[in-house]
Amino acid sequence: MAYSNKVIEHYENPRNVGAFGTSKEVAARKDIGIGIVGAPECGDVMQLQIKVSEEGIIEDAKFKCFGCGSAIASSSLATEWIKGKTVDEALTIRNTQIVEELSLPPVKIHCSVLAEDSIRSAIEDWKKKSGASPASTSPTPVTQHA
Amino acid sequence: MISSNSPTSNSPIYLDHAATTRCDPKVVEAMLPYFTEMFGNAGSRNHQFGWQAEDGIEIAREHAAKLIGAQAKEVIFTSGSTESNNLAIKGAAEIYARAAAGQTGRGHIVTAAHEHKAVLDPIRRLMREGFDATFIQPPADGVITAEMIKAALRPDTILVSIMWANNELGTINEVPQIGRLCHEKEIIFHTDATQWVGKMPTNVEADQIDLLSWSGHKMYGPKGVGGLYVRRRKPRVRLEALQDGGGQERGMRSGTQNVSGIVGFGKACELCFNEMESEGKRLLAMRNRLETELKKRIEVTVVNGHPTKRLPNISNISFGFVEGESLMMGVREIACSSGSACTSASLEPSYVLKSLGIGDDLAHSSLRLSLGRWTTEAEIDSAIVMIETAVNHLRRLSPLYDLHKEGVDLSKIVWQAH
Ligand SMILES: Cc1ncc(COP(=O)(O)O)c(C=O)c1O
Ligand code: FES
Repeated sequence: MAYSNKVIEHYENPRNVGAFGTSKEVAARKDIGIGIVGAPECGDVMQLQIKVSEEGIIEDAKFKCFGCGSAIASSSLATEWIKGKTVDEALTIRNTQIVEELSLPPVKIHCSVLAEDSIRSAIEDWKKKSGASPASTSPTPVTQHA
Repeated sequence: MISSNSPTSNSPIYLDHAATTRCDPKVVEAMLPYFTEMFGNAGSRNHQFGWQAEDGIEIAREHAAKLIGAQAKEVIFTSGSTESNNLAIKGAAEIYARAAAGQTGRGHIVTAAHEHKAVLDPIRRLMREGFDATFIQPPADGVITAEMIKAALRPDTILVSIMWANNELGTINEVPQIGRLCHEKEIIFHTDATQWVGKMPTNVEADQIDLLSWSGHKMYGPKGVGGLYVRRRKPRVRLEALQDGGGQERGMRSGTQNVSGIVGFGKACELCFNEMESEGKRLLAMRNRLETELKKRIEVTVVNGHPTKRLPNISNISFGFVEGESLMMGVREIACSSGSACTSASLEPSYVLKSLGIGDDLAHSSLRLSLGRWTTEAEIDSAIVMIETAVNHLRRLSPLYDLHKEGVDLSKIVWQAH
């Protein structure tokens, strides 16, 4: 299976790699949400950290990923997409959009699911820590595939 | 003269010789006339075309037999190791069964959990047909010893099937000792020697083997042709054919022979016989340098399988905290394979690595690099640098590497499933 050029490009120049500090440091910070999700399918791990303003805007995002090239590209793309969005907007991002943007083949769909889940999980974590009320409007998926 | 088939300068470095090999140009050259001038059917007994084909096959049989220390009559040509294994295992089980078809308790078979699927699946089928089997769990170094076999034998054991060298690890099982044990106990011994023959000296007499499978395309011959050695004396081994028809190959493998393929297979056997020793030394030196350099340059690098009881050309290495498929993507200029789950259609890490108990994390992080006849020092040098660069790139991205640096024990973490 050949990789799409976009996957290769993200692999070679991943956006927003990193973290806002050691796991202890970030755990204590109220403005940071952390999502760590694993793909039970293949034992991969994705870590997303978001830095959220008091208005609920994602000011910055950082990721780390142990997974295939498609998982790396999916998480790199996810950080690009969520930066500057409100948390509610970020929650509308669907893995299917990632699949489309990166031209992922069917066997790599679960890698994009990992990215969607990491967004969700990081936002939940931020909400819990910051005491923000749950999203006022439930997220409306932009595209809805099976 | 046929055109050279040396790799072009912009093709990737081929380090996947355990998957398949480039045909030696001398093999291709030997085969070509058998497509055109000498196209006969070896079964045509009454004209020159038939005789030429038959001569080609019988010369190939001599070369094949010589490579493994057998008599020519003891070699059956097949379509490759998958067929040889199926014929050996199912064919022997049928003949040596202790009860008729349709009954249970037909006999016990011993094999190991890290065998190739072309051994495991025929045995699993036999289990559905009234046979029992034991799949020995290999130790951490991957080497199956005669002691382990002995412990698995039962009074009703009819067949032991243990590969000579493992295709993912290159580890070498104690074949001569297992052969001796089986002969003492009068149990048929089959070995899948696909990765071994042509690279290491083989003598079916001294090594006490009854049935041995090997394949052309793993030793610079064509794909779709292989051999099965079937012992003719002490004991005379009989097999039930899987394929009936014209009675070719002593009735054990009916069907018009693949003459050009068999001729190529014979030529490949002849070349290996002559080049094996010097080639083995050369590959071992390069393989060892590859491993030494990678371990020196990259922390938490583990060579899987026994350190020395290994073929000279295969290296299975795990680079901690880096996922194998992404690593292969990072070294797109190297053609190799990985035991990682992401690379497999089933999304399961390699069952071979898992059976050694090496842990999912290291199985996910493994590369198999296998060298061959045309591998050069320069290619190994480039491969070392490319792998080092890619591992460093990926560790910068790896959450597991951060945790490792923070001193977290990764085996204790339970990841949140989604
Ligand atoms: C150990 C082993 N057995 C069997 C096979 C199957 O051989 P073939 O491709 O000739 O059917 C292979 C190769 O994939 C192998 O490495
Ligand atoms: S993360 Fe395993 S296949 Fe993509």
